Amino acid sequence: MAKGDVKLLGTWASPFALRVEVALKLKSVDYEYLEENLRGGKSELLLKSNPVHKKVPVLLHGDRPVCESLIIVQYIDEVWTYGPSILPSDPYDRAIARFWAAFVEDKVYPSMRAIMTASHEEARAEAVAKFKEVLVLLEDAFVKSSKGKPFFGGDEVGYVDIAFGAFAGWFKVIEKAFNVELFDEATTPNLLAWVDAFLAHPAVKDITPSTDKLLEFAKNFLLPTMKAVAPASQ
Amino acid sequence: MAPQGEVKVLGAWPSPFVMRPRIALNLKSVEYEFVEENPGNKSELLLKSNPVYKKIPVLIHGDKPVCESLVIVQYIDEVWKDSTSILPSDPYDRAMARFWAAYVDDKMFPTMREIVAANEDEAKAAAVALFKEGLSLLEEALVKMSKGKKFFGGDEIGYMDIAFGCYISWFKVTEIVSNVKLFDESATPHLVAWIHSFSSHPAVKDVMPETDKLMEFAKNVVFPRIRAAAAAK
Repeated sequence: MAKGDVKLLGTWASPFALRVEVALKLKSVDYEYLEENLRGGKSELLLKSNPVHKKVPVLLHGDRPVCESLIIVQYIDEVWTYGPSILPSDPYDRAIARFWAAFVEDKVYPSMRAIMTASHEEARAEAVAKFKEVLVLLEDAFVKSSKGKPFFGGDEVGYVDIAFGAFAGWFKVIEKAFNVELFDEATTPNLLAWVDAFLAHPAVKDITPSTDKLLEFAKNFLLPTMKAVAPASQ
Repeated sequence: MAPQGEVKVLGAWPSPFVMRPRIALNLKSVEYEFVEENPGNKSELLLKSNPVYKKIPVLIHGDKPVCESLVIVQYIDEVWKDSTSILPSDPYDRAMARFWAAYVDDKMFPTMREIVAANEDEAKAAAVALFKEGLSLLEEALVKMSKGKKFFGGDEIGYMDIAFGCYISWFKVTEIVSNVKLFDESATPHLVAWIHSFSSHPAVKDVMPETDKLMEFAKNVVFPRIRAAAAAK
């Protein structure tokens, strides 16, 4: 199958779209980035390419759409087999990587949402404390899978780095906006170092939006939108 | 060459998620020991093997635990690679199989729970309508992926068959207990035929719970729990 035209439908602030971009950059794949206008309503191309979920990111390879960020990342790893491997080669290591990526999917975004939409200080502190429990588990996972190297994937960025690291910019926003510390030397020393290592990686640094730009976006658009649909139980 | 190490599956007979690794192991003709867990009294082995979620299923290969049903299925596919393949070989087909498996877990099972939890007709009808919308998408997916054969995986059961088929008994029980018809010949003919083919497959039939036994368990234990959780919200 010819490695033809590659297009990515995304939005600049989306950590899910960022996952796909990092994977494409890691593999040195040429792609065209098509920005979906959040305020303009969804494009025809998006609705046609992802009729089930109508969400970004969508990868268009030739004219075939692939949806769901982690599914796209695995697709990229399996199509572009030259360049660094995103998933490890050993089946057990792959299972561990998939487990932790699923854990990130399960816990990270809801935790971040809870922190960002908390209606008062106490609720926020509670949400931060809960998130830090999640981070302690990921710290442990990091130590085990990195085996002393800078990334979950070892020497190079891998599947869990991409799944989790895509939120790194947003972690910085939360820390700045609410004056909290998510990562610290005492409980998550390795992750503290890892966040910066990930953000400085060549496949990441040129495509990650700046903290200030994300902060602006959070204040003016994301938080009001999130609060409008936040479930009563929060 | 078969990899060394004993295989155990920690699980419970009613669980659709536990069926998944069992079907995969059966497809690969891998011998394993099934350890029945009592969810109300979790074993040391379970707590030690899955400290993060403390849930079944867990596959233990030699002394290495693998958790999360679909992660386990992929592990089985990759370790016992000389047998029939569970995931397709083409990357695009693999992405499709993964997409629909995720869809079933994210949308179909929760909607089934909504049908069960609904305590008035309007809510139930709405949940049933949502479920049937999902089924029509899955009917289309089956036609595309099967390419005229019996299963999502083609001639043989594959990843999506396993991911979706494990819920069949639960869908049947929901139909009976909630007095709704979810699958019908006219709307989803391929899915109706697929249910029969999947349920009677040799790798499946011995691990699929009997509808009567499951119905008792659902009525007495699971469905009251689902309704209580919904009422608490």
